[in-house]
Amino acid sequence: MPVLPELKEAAVKSKDKKAALGPDLDLLQFRRQAQDWSYDEKYASFEEQEKQHLLRAGIELTDLDHAGTFLQADRSIMHCKTSQPGLEILPIKEALKKYNGLPDYYWRLVPVDADKYTAATELELDNGYFIRALPGARISQPVEACLYIRTEGLAQHVHNIVVAEPGSHLHIITGCTTHPGVTSGLHLGISEFYVKKGAHLTFTMVHNWAENVHVRPRSAIIVEEGGVYLSNYIVLKPVKSVQMYPSVRLVGEGAVARLNSVVVAHPGSELDLGGRVVLEAPHSRAEVIARTVTTGGTAIARGHLIGKVPNIKAHLECRGLILAKQGIMYAVPELTGEVAGVEMSHEAAVGRIAQEEIEYLMARGLTEDEAASTIVRGFLNVEIEGLPQALRDDIERTIQETEKGL
Amino acid sequence: MFQIEDLWVSIDDKEVLKGINLHIKKGETHALFGKNGSGKTTLLMTIMGFGRYQVRQGRITFLGHDITHMPTYERAQLGIGMAFQRPPTIRGVKTKDILKVCAGGKMSVTALAFEYGFENFLDREINHGFSGGEIKKSELLQLVAQDPKLVLLDEPESGVDLESLQLIGQIIRRVLQKDLRRVDRHKAGLIITHTGYILNYLNADMGHVMAGGQIACQGHPMDILEHVKKSGYEECVRCLCFQN
Repeated sequence: MPVLPELKEAAVKSKDKKAALGPDLDLLQFRRQAQDWSYDEKYASFEEQEKQHLLRAGIELTDLDHAGTFLQADRSIMHCKTSQPGLEILPIKEALKKYNGLPDYYWRLVPVDADKYTAATELELDNGYFIRALPGARISQPVEACLYIRTEGLAQHVHNIVVAEPGSHLHIITGCTTHPGVTSGLHLGISEFYVKKGAHLTFTMVHNWAENVHVRPRSAIIVEEGGVYLSNYIVLKPVKSVQMYPSVRLVGEGAVARLNSVVVAHPGSELDLGGRVVLEAPHSRAEVIARTVTTGGTAIARGHLIGKVPNIKAHLECRGLILAKQGIMYAVPELTGEVAGVEMSHEAAVGRIAQEEIEYLMARGLTEDEAASTIVRGFLNVEIEGLPQALRDDIERTIQETEKGL
Repeated sequence: MFQIEDLWVSIDDKEVLKGINLHIKKGETHALFGKNGSGKTTLLMTIMGFGRYQVRQGRITFLGHDITHMPTYERAQLGIGMAFQRPPTIRGVKTKDILKVCAGGKMSVTALAFEYGFENFLDREINHGFSGGEIKKSELLQLVAQDPKLVLLDEPESGVDLESLQLIGQIIRRVLQKDLRRVDRHKAGLIITHTGYILNYLNADMGHVMAGGQIACQGHPMDILEHVKKSGYEECVRCLCFQN
């Protein structure tokens, strides 16, 4: 596979480099060997229980109602299919071969030497997806991508590249999950997104890991003139630790980024989540909104907006609810304005449900518990188009369980 | 229908209401006047049963029930409804969700919103970014949906422009069944008003002036208002103390 030698060299040099944020992990603690799962055209090798579990990460094992599907289990590609013209989906290893190493995209946004996780992914790549919407293609149905850990204790190394060519529209729903029998593991995921002139990319990521799984995504996004990048991140289930800090550059006039996250930190979970948007072109706009609940875990909500040119507008919002005695919530909103004429704001609020809000609803006839439920439900309200009904139902169930902790 | 006897209330151990007596009959609307800090809002909040307002002494009865220590939601279910002066914003909770709670399936909230040109607010988060007038409209439509027997209104006209005031007046008339003959009305109302403008849209039967946590004066609301406009609250209270 043609890969620039300097990438390998930089990776080797950084293979022990600790990440700036998040608990440090010993990569040797995780398995790198897994069975090869064979390609499954009709999803025949999945048991019912497994199917139900995948559904909770938004993964429907069907090609119906999807513009395309991609499913990687451990290190193997089990399904990869496109059913709409104008859409290209390939395993990244194939794309690297086909496009001569993807020199314009591969490691162009995420530095290979950022930390030991980026380095390990380059040095021992399992696979990942390459998804591209061709110029002007309007991909009406969502593309479903699944990164799945099926083997106990495995470290999965994934590199994804998404390209929305000029004028295209694309919605990807990525479900990341483990087999129902898996309790521990590590997921390393590099993702590089290219939203070109006038393109529109919605990226919805649902994490449904197991209690002892660590997750270290490394994502970066570039948006050109008039392009729109919308990201939704949902993590409602227990996981050992997630640390990620996607970075978006708005480099073209009028480019837009909106990052939403809905997060529940369960007891034993450590979630260090953030988002950075650099506004480098006039009339670019950004919004980063994090809604975080802790029912006993630690949740860190970071956000950083950087305005480099005049006439940009950006807003950052971190809202946190602590619904248990031991839960920790840490909100770190940052704004950097580098010139006059930027319009940037932030809002951060951490606390319990306000008594005033509960009483207001009680004055309308709700009991105290019903009032609190209504407020939590509103807080975690997830309205994302294209989510499968089964996932919506599961989100609803999770909210109900969360309310029980009140 | 509704009676308060010798009500003493503290907020954070500070005595705010000092021996209130009030009696409202079915079909009546009473107006509450008084300077800022005289205890008007505290009285309404206490009637609604909010936690901060500690009843030290006295009794509140409604439709034959002693509600003095009843939880807020039971009071609401019994038929007491309140339009707040400054209601909280609840992020993520939509106006239509609350209207549905108020209506309890008894009416279509969409139809109600269309009737008063409020349909664009149904999907908005309750009170988030609402103007003063929009807040009042939202509060009153919640009351229309809730259809309470005792209606508590905390300054329904504050922050409302003159044009919208007429509509606010109309909605209040509806909530209080003002277009029915008095004998046919099942509702009663207690309205806090600073300016008295709202009284141009509905006749109040009785006015009370509060001062220092007490009802210092009672009389015809228009007379009181005229007196206050001419001589101020101090003079009004003094005059009535003299009368008493």
